[in-house]
Amino acid sequence: MTAQAVERQIDVAPVVSPLGGMVHELRAIAIVWQRDMVRTVGDPARLISTLLQPLLFLFVLGAGLSAAVRGGTGGADYKTFLFPGVLITGILFTAVFSAISIVWDREFGFLREMLVAPIASSSIVVGKCLGGATIATVQSVLIIALAGAVHVPYRAGLMFGLLGVVFITSFTMTAFGLVLAARVKSVQTLMPLVNMLLMPLTFMSGSLYPLGPGAPQWLDIVARYNPLSYAVTASRTLVIRSLPKTSPTRALFHGLTWLGWPVPGWLDAIVVAAVGLLLLTIACVLFSRTE
Amino acid sequence: MARARSVDAAAVQPAVTVRGLVKRYGELEAVRGIDLDVTPGELFGFLGPNGAGKSTTIKILCTLVKPTAGKATIAGLDVLTQRAAVRRQIGLVFQETTVDDYLTAEQNLRFHASIYGMPRKSVGPRIEAVLELVGLSDRKRSPVRTFSGGMKRRLEIARGLLHSPRVLFLDEPTIGLDPESRQVLWRYVDELRRREDITVFLTTHYMDEAERCDRIAIINSGTIVALGTPASLKGEVGEDRVRVATADNDAAILTIKKKLKVDAVPDGDALLIAVPDGESFVPRLFGIGIAVQSVSVSRPTLDDVFLAHAGRRIGDEEPAAPRRWMMGGGRR
Repeated sequence: MTAQAVERQIDVAPVVSPLGGMVHELRAIAIVWQRDMVRTVGDPARLISTLLQPLLFLFVLGAGLSAAVRGGTGGADYKTFLFPGVLITGILFTAVFSAISIVWDREFGFLREMLVAPIASSSIVVGKCLGGATIATVQSVLIIALAGAVHVPYRAGLMFGLLGVVFITSFTMTAFGLVLAARVKSVQTLMPLVNMLLMPLTFMSGSLYPLGPGAPQWLDIVARYNPLSYAVTASRTLVIRSLPKTSPTRALFHGLTWLGWPVPGWLDAIVVAAVGLLLLTIACVLFSRTE
Repeated sequence: MARARSVDAAAVQPAVTVRGLVKRYGELEAVRGIDLDVTPGELFGFLGPNGAGKSTTIKILCTLVKPTAGKATIAGLDVLTQRAAVRRQIGLVFQETTVDDYLTAEQNLRFHASIYGMPRKSVGPRIEAVLELVGLSDRKRSPVRTFSGGMKRRLEIARGLLHSPRVLFLDEPTIGLDPESRQVLWRYVDELRRREDITVFLTTHYMDEAERCDRIAIINSGTIVALGTPASLKGEVGEDRVRVATADNDAAILTIKKKLKVDAVPDGDALLIAVPDGESFVPRLFGIGIAVQSVSVSRPTLDDVFLAHAGRRIGDEEPAAPRRWMMGGGRR
């Protein structure tokens, strides 16, 4: 620098930001969430495609299965039985894909912008998790709106109960996606991995067929260790309970058991939530270590 | 660039201090004991080839990497123990883009304002100010994916300035830009230095960008080999440089040494001689019995400074044998 003194002209008033704390972290969580909302609204193609998949399950697979099993179900409506399973299956992919968008963020550099900010990395993870849960829940509203088409009664208690289970489940699945995204750094590897994990989880959760006495015993055992079974059972408990006492569809449903003890529906939901919080914690730890 | 400015009494505290900084990755020693001070308001440049330790040092200063040993402060805040506070005081523009293509320019800036905890009512006016500063006001509501590479980089600079940092780090800010965009970008950097009370810490391997700095540190293999204003560094390696090609360079070195009492060193297929006045030196090369094929005279560049200290040019892959010759004669 030269010694010659020239007064600098400063036109832009500097901003002084107060030092962080909880309010700052909550604001960070909110903006990470908000960004996911803005991006999703800006991408209707993705919304439509994720909506179509559950409809396919419900009305095409459901119709086919109903016809095939009609004789053996004693007049039960298989589509009614299938409804909660399809509801949960439908949000899985939405939630997990929402989470792994963070891998795209890493690839395109935006993750760095978030990680260098004066916020805890767990705020980013929590914001992402709430974002995925919100998107999946909003998507499920459209499926829940079709309940009547498969003879599920429109009752306020049932609808809100289902939304609650859906939110908890999608929160858990987003956290699951975030754990994967923290470890697997490339989209090319992650996509097949997600499919490889989600398919068996779905098929072994009883979402598409009844567990219990009629099912192979090994499947029944495996399902007990699959968090998704609890999500499916929680929502199915709500649907079955809303059916008339005489409905033959009730006979298709068997809840999960722990050493012979039937697990109540509310506990199913708590199991899902607990797994979600555990996965969220793991994701927070992994992301705080990445950079 | 010899930019003059007043010294603010309150800003005597250095913008950046680095003491004995070391970073080891296993066997590899990326940074080997760096010391430096950056004065507030300075445009400070870090010049060196790829892999010299520039980026590692910047990452330590930005609290992204923990040093193996040593200490560094930004605006008096320790990068190890006061990470969050340091992060509020710095703006970062990385080599690779880190803006969200799917958001508009304004949405990107609002995101930044929130994660940096800026007071809500200051956000709107500040966004207007920084966008105006980088000439993107009219593109406020355009999605970033519609921006050119140069515009994205300018948006990143605007974002780096948004929270009024004390130090703006520009890590190879013009890499990947075409010459015209580079020029435009520099015009905006000059402008922001005029308007904002800010220290700019730049890394580059472009000589012309290093020339613009108030002071530069030349870094090679993890150590600072020279530090000063571009003019003083160039002064150290001798005023002018005479490049002469002869029929027999090895013999010419001896002859020049004996007859003209100056050192000539091989540089490619020619010889380099550092002298105070090149034009009047050239005629003396004739008539001492060497077969001169071509001669050229040039002013020293920062690349010559780098060559003098590191024994190679910035673009070279492998270091040549150390050539300390220029330090002997030309120092002033």
